[in-house]
Amino acid sequence: MMEYNVLGILLVLILVFVYYFNRLNVLSNSIDNSWAQIDVQLKKRADLVPNLVETVKGYAAHEKSIFEAVSDARARMIGAKTIEEKDQAGNMLAGTLKSLFAIAENYPELKANQNFLMLQEELSGIENKVAYARQHYNDSVLVFNNLVTTLPGSIFAGILGKKVRTYLEIATTEREPVKVQF
Amino acid sequence: MEEQIAANKRNSVILVGIVSAALVVLFYLFAQVYDPSLVFLFIIIAVILSTLGTIASYWYSDKIVLSITKTREPTPLENEHLLNVVEGLAIAAGIPAPRFVVINDEVNLNAFATGRDPEHAVLAVTSALLKTMNREELEGVVAHEMSHIENYDIRFASMVAVLVGIVVIASQIFLRSMWFSGGGNRDRRDGNVIFLVIGIILAILAPIFTQLIQLAVSRQREYLADSSGAYLTRNPMGLASALEKIKDNNVNTKVNGAVSHLYFTNPLLFKNANSLFATHPPIDERIKRLKEM
Repeated sequence: MMEYNVLGILLVLILVFVYYFNRLNVLSNSIDNSWAQIDVQLKKRADLVPNLVETVKGYAAHEKSIFEAVSDARARMIGAKTIEEKDQAGNMLAGTLKSLFAIAENYPELKANQNFLMLQEELSGIENKVAYARQHYNDSVLVFNNLVTTLPGSIFAGILGKKVRTYLEIATTEREPVKVQF
Repeated sequence: MEEQIAANKRNSVILVGIVSAALVVLFYLFAQVYDPSLVFLFIIIAVILSTLGTIASYWYSDKIVLSITKTREPTPLENEHLLNVVEGLAIAAGIPAPRFVVINDEVNLNAFATGRDPEHAVLAVTSALLKTMNREELEGVVAHEMSHIENYDIRFASMVAVLVGIVVIASQIFLRSMWFSGGGNRDRRDGNVIFLVIGIILAILAPIFTQLIQLAVSRQREYLADSSGAYLTRNPMGLASALEKIKDNNVNTKVNGAVSHLYFTNPLLFKNANSLFATHPPIDERIKRLKEM
């Protein structure tokens, strides 16, 4: 009789362990997946940038500093290794693009250029998706962190070495108004 | 969220069970009334019918619903208008972007989603909705539908539409045949009269019961979809303002009753919104709850 009790308790413990093991892995995978979503959008944006710069150069070739800033930010984003680095560089690129579009306001012919308008439309769509993808990333992190920091999930997280994940911060460039230099 | 998904998957199975049982009982009674020696045959028909109905409601509910509601592919302009909104919100919800179609309706502002899971979801909006709503409002409506998709509400609601339809048709056939054959066949045994009465009562009650299922499931989940939609866009006012526009604009629409619960707001306005038979909560209450968020 005693053996059966021990066996029963052991079985329950194993089942609970399996449940938390799977749960933790599913949630951390879904964070990775939502990062992949951000990455896709960042890559799309990076691919559009050279095209945009060329178009703007055709009308405003002397605005050299902004072109440099844009391609610097792009290069930094492509070279970034960690998620935080990449996200920060992505935000920087978004900031410089904002300045680029602000400068474009001064060139009526550029604003009438079909190619430019299309790129602008496409980039603002991507901007929107980046925002939603970051939101989903942070939502996924929240669900994961809730499990990792509350009982009994925290016990299993400890055993399995799962640690709290960090949220993507709102970029400093987004908090401050964009400075445009002439 | 996950409890909601599990509950919807479970309810879909329970629904199939209830509808199959209802069909078997109905056909048993039909057989008793017409010819008791054919009971076995009638029950086999009922089993085949409910099996086919289940298969159809699971695999083809989206196609059936779309053909009932007469949707079409979006024009390039409509496509451009909706694509960014749908893709963005699908990313926010963490599901694949659903296919979308347009309901030819230049007056009413409405939308629905159908399909068996997020991978096979279809989003439908009226052409008037695309023209009238600004981006924020459109995002609100699409986010509401997106959370129906994410929650698997669409699986259950679409299966309800198809299976309820089957029960209604079966009882209609029974009742109408009673209407025409009444008075004939005097050689029936007395037992038949009792079965006849039970049969008629059941044939009348079955559609009402199935309609009650339809109602019970929809009202609460409309509030839920409103709030999770607002969570997706982080902007309850967009959805609230969309509902305001709908409140002043929509007129009664001819929609098949079997699919009315799928819509964003009830297309059958003549039904009192507060009554037991309303498929949707009153719009004013939905707006109030959104504004309080």
